[in-house]
Amino acid sequence: MTAVPLDALPRAPDARRATRDVGWWGMALLCATEASLFASLIGSYFYLALVPANAHWPPAGIADPALGLPLLMTALLLASSGAFWWGERGIARGDARRLRLGLALAALLGIGFLLLQLHEYGDKLRHFGPTTHAYGALFYTITGFHGAHVAFGVLMLLYTGLRALRGHFTAARHQGVTTVGLYWHFVDGVWLVIVTSLYVSPHFY
Amino acid sequence: MTLGVEVGAPGRERAVTERLRGLWETPPTLLAWLTTVDHKKLGVRYIVTAFVFFLLGGLEALILRLQLARADLHLLTPEAFNQLFTMHGTTMMFLVVQPMLSGFSFYLTPLLIGARELAFPRLNAFSYFAFLFAGCFLTASFLGWHAPDGGWFAYTPLTSARFAPGINLDYYTLGLVFLGISTTAGSINSIVTILKLRAPGMSLDRMPLFMWSSLTMSLSVVFAMPPLTAALVFLELERRWHFVFYEPRLGGDPLLWQHLFWFFGHPWVYILFLPATGMLSMIIPTFSRRPMVGHTFVALATVATGLVGFGVWVHHMFATGLPQLSISFFSAASMTVAIPSAVQIFAWLGTMWHGRVVLRLPMLFALAFILQFTIGGISGVMTAAIPFDWQVTDTYFVVAHLHYVLAGSSMFAVFAAIYYWYPKMTGRLLDRRLGLWSFWTMVVGFNLGFFPMHLVGLAGMPRRVYTYPAGLGWTADNLLETIGAWLFGLGVLLTVANVLRSRRHGAEAGADPWRANTLEWATHSPPEDWNFTHIPVVASRDPLWDGGVAPGPALTDGRQTLRTSTLDADVEAPIVLPEQNLWTLVISFAVLGVFVGLLLGAWWVAVAAGLLTLGSLARWFWPHPAHVEETEV
Repeated sequence: MTAVPLDALPRAPDARRATRDVGWWGMALLCATEASLFASLIGSYFYLALVPANAHWPPAGIADPALGLPLLMTALLLASSGAFWWGERGIARGDARRLRLGLALAALLGIGFLLLQLHEYGDKLRHFGPTTHAYGALFYTITGFHGAHVAFGVLMLLYTGLRALRGHFTAARHQGVTTVGLYWHFVDGVWLVIVTSLYVSPHFY
Repeated sequence: MTLGVEVGAPGRERAVTERLRGLWETPPTLLAWLTTVDHKKLGVRYIVTAFVFFLLGGLEALILRLQLARADLHLLTPEAFNQLFTMHGTTMMFLVVQPMLSGFSFYLTPLLIGARELAFPRLNAFSYFAFLFAGCFLTASFLGWHAPDGGWFAYTPLTSARFAPGINLDYYTLGLVFLGISTTAGSINSIVTILKLRAPGMSLDRMPLFMWSSLTMSLSVVFAMPPLTAALVFLELERRWHFVFYEPRLGGDPLLWQHLFWFFGHPWVYILFLPATGMLSMIIPTFSRRPMVGHTFVALATVATGLVGFGVWVHHMFATGLPQLSISFFSAASMTVAIPSAVQIFAWLGTMWHGRVVLRLPMLFALAFILQFTIGGISGVMTAAIPFDWQVTDTYFVVAHLHYVLAGSSMFAVFAAIYYWYPKMTGRLLDRRLGLWSFWTMVVGFNLGFFPMHLVGLAGMPRRVYTYPAGLGWTADNLLETIGAWLFGLGVLLTVANVLRSRRHGAEAGADPWRANTLEWATHSPPEDWNFTHIPVVASRDPLWDGGVAPGPALTDGRQTLRTSTLDADVEAPIVLPEQNLWTLVISFAVLGVFVGLLLGAWWVAVAAGLLTLGSLARWFWPHPAHVEETEV
């Protein structure tokens, strides 16, 4: 019996999908499990918001959250996703400089988001903390979890930037960038859900 | 036909084998042995470690049964009893069944799908260490009798700082979050491997049923683990930092714990059960000497059970006073689980009916599974009926039900799997006589130990009481249960003896001792470090029976295997898998350090270990210079 050579085996047709390496799939599943985590956190928030015992949500004494700062934070994260996308498009055309620039910009905007979040915490903590009421506990836990994800994402962006400086990526080979991008866009997407749930929705009930 | 051995000119084949040996062999040093990424070594380690925890959890149960053997006994204090039953449940639920089934999955997946490794070999090494360390972390709570004592589902407010001061429950919350990292990492590894590394030609509809159940289990873990993590993080934040989640005076709600826990917990029940059915669907066709009846329907039933598992959590909460309408919905949903389960059972019966049954040891354990699972399934449908559930909630009836499903089904499947795949893992058969003794002792012991629990449960005996007065009609049944439990334990030990003895003295198995149908039997026993000298090319569901497999490319440019398309398994590219390195071990210790630091309140330890974790992650993912090119393919 003779062995079938690699070239004689049927090849997968879809060229774009076929370039996704196992790392991309692993990252997609990491995002899936993280999505489930944030769904659990936000589900808990609405569960306690709707428990009959909690007639007021946020409870009496805590104002509905202001929208200005979170909208600015949203703009920063969206711009950061855009910068990443711009850099990734660059390397797809072989422009390594554009990739480095895009990554640096994305990381800076991410850091800006974190600074604004710290500022917001400093302001809010003067009014309520995580031990005052379940509302506060959920607010700080959910935004804190998300902030930790942004911080981790920034580290990944810087790490990818370092790899880019070492010339690891080319037009044909930049799966590592795409995989990190998947996480970064995911973290931004989660923020949109958080803004809607924690900041916007209290104004409607 | 053995794909491990020569194809074509012997001289050229020998050169290929030597090249593969150089690429894949684990070097013979202690450090290399510790940090190996070989899925077969790690799979066996998973199984052995989980088995040790099984013996430990079993010992806890036997001590509990001694305490309950007669009325008004005082062998154990109530506090010790609480810790023992909590740790018995926690150990069996988290450290035994799932890791054991995963261990088989990690060992078998590449062999069953014709790959050389899992998709993330280093992640596999890390998940193993994380499992081992988390298990030791939880078990260490027995030092000074500080073990968790709030039951394996740890309901609040019983487990809040107010009613459970002390460190006991912190072992539980932190230990399970730690374990969850391992479980999730392992599941992601399984999913990507099953979806992307199948041998060319092994389209989804040709995939072995154990792979369907592993895939379903792993997907369930990915979505079910986070609610538990959230619940545990909430509990730990509330206990240590006075955050408010479950405390009703400040806007919390103790029922939130139950919702989150069971939203995890019921999928978890199927996570502990589905892979066992997958194993049966491998074993029964082999010993019925015909292909599985209703293969496609069984695959669909497996996925359906996994999905329905997410819609039935409230049936654990019928007695909590939720609105009638919602519990009726969950009652109906729970009863629908009977449908896919019945599909599987009838498919097994049909396979045997139309086949020629050979009663070897794996098949005997499989038959006991079918019998005991039917009993456990029926008591399950009974408790899905709300009025009946109200009657038996928190009685021994529930204990009987869950043991028939988890011990009588899942663990019996594990024993079937041990007898079935031991020859593949070691190259030797287990002894039949000793195996028969073990089998009958286990079956008699199990049913003697657990069937009377239905009766005392119906007679009103609540679970988790440390003793009971005479004269309630429970005494004789309890004595039987104790005798049965010890017999069951003896039966388990007979298999342990068999496993140890046959390692040296068992009969040589050869590549395919059972004349089975799937790819793992097409390679040596035990397989070479690279599994297949030639990647198999698959053309049917039962390739070894109908000749639906041919040797493919040998792939010797680095540690290679083939990445194929998700549905049809057409070739996408050969990929290079990473070799072992030290960082998997370092990172496992670092994560352990984080949790020990949190447990002891030594924050600087936790922070330092966290930084070490980040640093090791960075080293782990930095590509080897030689691989910068290849990994980006």
